[in-house]
Amino acid sequence: MDLAFTDEELAFREEARRFFRTEIPQSIRDKVAEGEGLTRDDMITSQRILNARGWATPNWPVAWGGQDWSPVQVYMYQDEMQQANAPSPIGFNVTMVGPVIAQFGSDEQKQRFLPKTANADIFWCQGFSEPGSGSDLASLRTRAERKGDKYVINGQKIWTTLAQYADWIFCLVRTDTAAKKQEGISFILADMKTPGITVRPIVTIDGGREVNEVFFDNVEVPAENLVGQENKGWDYAKFLLGNERTGIARVGASKAKVARIKELASMERVGDRPLIDDPRFREKLAAVEVELKALEMTQLRVVADERRREKGKPNPASSILKLKGSEIQQHLTELLMDVVGPYVLPYQRDFDGRNEEVVGPDYATEAAPMYFNYRKVSIYGGSNEIQRNIVAKAILGL
Amino acid sequence: MDFDLTDEQRLLKDSVDRLIGDQYQFEQRKKYMAEPDGWSRAVWQQYAEIGLLGLPFAEAHGGFGGGAVETMIVLEAFGRGLVLEPYFATVILGGGLLRRAATPAQQQALLPQLAQGKLKLAFAHVERQSRYDLADVATTARQDGANWVLDGAKSVVLHGDCADRLLVTARVSGDRRDRRGVGLFLVDPAAAGVSRRGYPTQDGLRAAEVTLSGVRVAQDDVMQDALPAIEHVVDEAIAALCAEAVGTMQAMHETTLEYLKTRQQFGRPIGQFQVLQHRSVDMLVALEQARSMAMFAAVMAGEENAAERRRAIAAAKVQIGRSGRHIGQEAIQLHGGIGMTMEYKVGHYFKRMTMIDKLFGDADVHLETLAQLGGLFGNTKAA
Repeated sequence: MDLAFTDEELAFREEARRFFRTEIPQSIRDKVAEGEGLTRDDMITSQRILNARGWATPNWPVAWGGQDWSPVQVYMYQDEMQQANAPSPIGFNVTMVGPVIAQFGSDEQKQRFLPKTANADIFWCQGFSEPGSGSDLASLRTRAERKGDKYVINGQKIWTTLAQYADWIFCLVRTDTAAKKQEGISFILADMKTPGITVRPIVTIDGGREVNEVFFDNVEVPAENLVGQENKGWDYAKFLLGNERTGIARVGASKAKVARIKELASMERVGDRPLIDDPRFREKLAAVEVELKALEMTQLRVVADERRREKGKPNPASSILKLKGSEIQQHLTELLMDVVGPYVLPYQRDFDGRNEEVVGPDYATEAAPMYFNYRKVSIYGGSNEIQRNIVAKAILGL
Repeated sequence: MDFDLTDEQRLLKDSVDRLIGDQYQFEQRKKYMAEPDGWSRAVWQQYAEIGLLGLPFAEAHGGFGGGAVETMIVLEAFGRGLVLEPYFATVILGGGLLRRAATPAQQQALLPQLAQGKLKLAFAHVERQSRYDLADVATTARQDGANWVLDGAKSVVLHGDCADRLLVTARVSGDRRDRRGVGLFLVDPAAAGVSRRGYPTQDGLRAAEVTLSGVRVAQDDVMQDALPAIEHVVDEAIAALCAEAVGTMQAMHETTLEYLKTRQQFGRPIGQFQVLQHRSVDMLVALEQARSMAMFAAVMAGEENAAERRRAIAAAKVQIGRSGRHIGQEAIQLHGGIGMTMEYKVGHYFKRMTMIDKLFGDADVHLETLAQLGGLFGNTKAA
């Protein structure tokens, strides 16, 4: 048992650290640190910087711009990126649709989509959830009917993150209504400009617009946009959801938040001393740090184990990482509000055209919205209750 | 970076696991507890035979030069077996103190005996007022010619009743809670002025109250200003307890899981109920977090930078305390009535786990320590 990294690994970590801290614009990293939403341009700028370095799509096949990194390198890349508050590559492009096209798409689809997807020339969004199909995703009802060389899509998607930015959407649609629910689903790509697609924003409790409803009204999509085989979409969706593994714990991002909380709590004063010296506050923070350290070690155990696992076979322990990682991320947003104190209250979100002057310290602005927003972390990507179902079945055999 | 065991470590693990599997079934343990010492001398000799008693000591002292990972392997197995023998008191605490604080002559005289199973030790440090503060020492040591004379009372001395030698903290100089001036004295319990009263502890192990009244100790048997060495040994001991706790927690989780799969109510195994599945998953998360921190503690136990070591060990003890309480309470609850009985094993794990939290500082004490040291991330070397 040895926690030391090799010289090569340490050199790689240093290289990643330098890259993220010098190449990604400070203005973008500041926004991430403060929990301010990124613009479409911010995301694309950042992604293109990564892509120019070959670091936008390390998880892809090497032939399509991936890196043949060891699990330790993947871990360090994510950890350094998160600790630098550099934006992760656009998840819909890089961890979701890209690998599916690379694995199951036709050669033509690969040529057409993968380079643009890597460079964010196409901004993707994900059409999975529906009003009646959340945790029970396979019950989805959006219908795609084959008519000649087209599919005609009718139905509705919901919680479509950043659909307002997206050029294309990848969807799960029902192509066989008679089959068992998992066996009648297909994976299809649609240009967001196709007639019949409308996007309606959903404003979330933090005042932000991250998610949308997407309506499909007789949307005609060329049959060549089907990925892989008809009615095999559920398999591709499972492949996609299994892709995000160790990064899901977001240990690096939480480390960055701890550092920021400490910095701000040294500036805030309670009576005659900094908040960071208040025993109750610093013990609350230390308690989260313990959980975070344990999670980091758990993540390293998973990383070490990945070296032995067949590529593409996710470690069931990644569900544990998601469970604990989401709790810690949420807990840290509570502590940030504790730091800010009464200046949590003023409401300054640029929403409905209003943009009030900042009240209180500028770091106070995003504390409450971030807390509100982070409630999503235990809901998306398979709610924590679904994660527990997975662990109960896959690890505990219940 | 890897979490693999070496071939030698795997062999060690196999032999300890086998020994515990063969010798520490629930009914066997009950018999050992009923023996005169409250533990098994026969099993103790087996520990000596497979090299466990000399494990952490240098080969020159009849040992095997094992480190914290080897100790982790042994203690985790002991946690599964709920081992009663004075291994922690003798090898980890007593042996550790000799290794880090004694003179070469003392080590040469005592460690080989210890490794052979002929010498049992106990660390007498707790006093009525001291709680978990190792520097809070009211027991006095005054020099009288070539001897030292000890007066005071030591409490909850783990396995102090069977020990052949006591390692006693006493104040050589300074005020009651000064960090300087804490001496460590090797005391023969048969010496004039020593009295001890042994008793069982909540977890089925043993401890003793020790009174020292004008006890004379020869100059050779004193280690002055021993606190830094004592603190390092205690950090190593906490790492060992963390490993034991992981063994105990895992046993509780496995036992509970087995019960969920077999206990039938409402016409089906109760493990089919989602509320119990989720609680069982939360136990697993708590267990894996604890295991991660026990490993971290093992890796950091040998760190010579005391502040870095302290940070890591304190964090581990916090995690162990919290995970242990959660898993223990859930193990009882998910078993229902049978979990409440002395005739069933899970309650015994629960009791040992509860006592581990109270050894060398509970979760709250270590959380305070960690907070005072500035935590683990952001502004520390550890990050």
